[in-house]
Amino acid sequence: MTTLVTVPELETRFAGVITPDTRKGYEGYIVDVQHLKDFAKALRDEYGYDYLASLTGVDYLPEDRMEVVYHVYKSTGGPGLVFKVQVPRENPIVPSLVDIYPGANFQEREAWDLLGIRFDGHPNLRRILLWEGFWGHPLRKDWREPYFEEEGKPYSSRWPEGKHFHHEDRNPFGKNVDYPPGFDPYTWEPETADEILYQAVLKRSEIRDDLRTERVVINLGPQHPSTHGVFRMIVTLDGETIVALEPVMGYLHRNHEKIGERNTWIMNIPYTDRLDYISAMANNFGYVLAVEKLMGIQPPERAEYIRVIMAELTRIVNHLWAIGFLLNDLGAFFTPALYAIEERELILDVFEAVTGSRMMNNYFRFGGVARDIPEDAWEKMVELVTDRLPRKVDELDRYLTESELIKSRTIGVGVLTAEEAIALSTSGPVLRASGVPYDVRRADPYSIYDRFDFDVAVRYHGDVYDRYLIRIDEMRQSLRILQQAIRDIPEGPIMAGKPQYQVRVPPGEAYGRVEAPKGELGFYVVSTGKPNPWRYHVRAPSFVNLIALETMCRGHKIADVVTILGSIDIVLGEVDR
Amino acid sequence: MDGRGILRGLAVTFKHFIASYVDDFRRLGKRYFTQEGVLYRSSPQVEGVFTIQYPEERRPVPENFRFIPFLVYDEGPNGEKEIRCTACGICAKVCPPQCIWIVRAHDPETGKPLKKPAEFYIDVDICMNCGFCAEFCPFDAIIMDHDYELATYDRFATNVFDINRLLKPASYYQQIRPTQYALKAAEREKKAAAKAARRGKAA
Repeated sequence: MTTLVTVPELETRFAGVITPDTRKGYEGYIVDVQHLKDFAKALRDEYGYDYLASLTGVDYLPEDRMEVVYHVYKSTGGPGLVFKVQVPRENPIVPSLVDIYPGANFQEREAWDLLGIRFDGHPNLRRILLWEGFWGHPLRKDWREPYFEEEGKPYSSRWPEGKHFHHEDRNPFGKNVDYPPGFDPYTWEPETADEILYQAVLKRSEIRDDLRTERVVINLGPQHPSTHGVFRMIVTLDGETIVALEPVMGYLHRNHEKIGERNTWIMNIPYTDRLDYISAMANNFGYVLAVEKLMGIQPPERAEYIRVIMAELTRIVNHLWAIGFLLNDLGAFFTPALYAIEERELILDVFEAVTGSRMMNNYFRFGGVARDIPEDAWEKMVELVTDRLPRKVDELDRYLTESELIKSRTIGVGVLTAEEAIALSTSGPVLRASGVPYDVRRADPYSIYDRFDFDVAVRYHGDVYDRYLIRIDEMRQSLRILQQAIRDIPEGPIMAGKPQYQVRVPPGEAYGRVEAPKGELGFYVVSTGKPNPWRYHVRAPSFVNLIALETMCRGHKIADVVTILGSIDIVLGEVDR
Repeated sequence: MDGRGILRGLAVTFKHFIASYVDDFRRLGKRYFTQEGVLYRSSPQVEGVFTIQYPEERRPVPENFRFIPFLVYDEGPNGEKEIRCTACGICAKVCPPQCIWIVRAHDPETGKPLKKPAEFYIDVDICMNCGFCAEFCPFDAIIMDHDYELATYDRFATNVFDINRLLKPASYYQQIRPTQYALKAAEREKKAAAKAARRGKAA
């Protein structure tokens, strides 16, 4: 379980600046907003908390207060530390931590975009998920969405007198949508906003040498087969070389977190499937861990083992997919991808037989899993894990790893050093390929990962080739874990207590983090004891890993952008949320 | 950089290429368009081509497979439909996208609410196939279906399922989910027996 600590030394040193958070169910420190930067700097430089995992805001409407929550960890492992700053709801201003933790960049922009918290000193504080011109900050508790019905589900119009209607009929366009004063959606021209963006990217790449070469701005995407979805990169080129890059995202934004705050606790489980839809059960895992921490329940042994089995199979599925499509991005059109997908299909067959669905699994519950593994699915899974998959991973390795074509396209491309990787808050294979052996399963063990014998895969060059290799390594380690789990799994119940459709979650906050296939997936939840979460935040690994994209791409050729993006392995369902 | 890596890689593709033909010959006449062939192609032993030629071929779905829910009715002695649903509203309360609308039936004479739905709607455009309704139904009255071929031309006209469209017989339920059906039937019998015993004791 993700653990947090208090450092008594800090309390004496920063007496008067920090106060322990004594609210019931809360942990960590409340830092005076004036001294936030000094405190963070000391934490990073003197106490070793050099990795900012999660940064988010919470709107405490009844107390008329905005809160920014920071979770920091040591990149050498161990429990983390949480600290908060509190500012008034009206015009909240918090000093930006981008120069101390560069990984705060996108997360601060997200908090500005969705909650309207202004980060003083942020180099590029623009909206990130919503469009320029959007009115309001949707995660504020008094902001209401179109088709608004009630503050929280279940809606009273459904039962006992529920008459079906189409929302479209009841809610003609315009009603219940907030626009800025004088805004007309029919005449609004988006060009101005883009023009500002282009100018900003150009400005970042100002010419410093004597050769007066011209800079070219190119849009890669949003409709581009290499972007794995609807994702845009604004690239400034000097000839063919990239001098600046600005990712633009949010095309798939649906405000998952607002939906999550309308939902009851259990309703969020199937919604988490839709975040990173390639590895749905890893998302389930993170969310149930966070809520179980609040509820203070422990799943039974067998359920823990089933969870680990499913999470590791998910990791294999994800890495197969990532490698296959990385090769697609390199130009090996679909042969390697289909060899990988064939194995993925077989694992999905197992998922379907166990969970009922191939991708949208909705399998984990608070205190266990939804159902036991049927006999035939178990047999198929054992056969896959002990015989077929090890063979096929070796085959993929033989097929791709030594290929000169792949080596010449990937070695030395998109290099991210260990220091940069930590500073930019990257996680998962991206972090470990840069030589930082940080794996949440080891660094901050949750569930029963401390029982398994496995190695944290690590590579040291930080280039695309290493990010490819590390996924092969991780699949082998996952198979090791799976073989141990299959051997040791006990009989017994799969659920602590009776399955409930309305769970009681005591007031408090919790941060659940898991090592999802793409990196650290965190869920920050706040409960007020009501049936709906007060705050539900997803720290999405794909989203945070994208902060490092510009660093990786700068100095490389335009053709390498596609490869570098492929090596980060993003899923837009999770980036845009 | 002498090209040996590429050759080794090409050997793998060549093996796959050969395997697809060898396997076709080895299983000549049995590999395609037979149930056995379909099962083989989704088994861990498969070599060669693994594609299933939908819609000519269909992979059998596992029992746990879930798609849009349906309502179960038991057939009465005279062929009347005894709807299991009691309009308790749990499915409507747990439904994440809130796609279930229930109207509770009332006694036409006294006006008292009955343990029966008068109307039951599921907007299948909104349904996310999570299966919570079936999982938490205490009466085994709403079940996730196996029929996944629901494409239509007009969603407004057809995609709000009403109670007539939703009702399916218990025999269909038994056919698609035999294990679950047996398990739940045994549970119900046990409960009924316990209730009868309690009543006997009280008398």
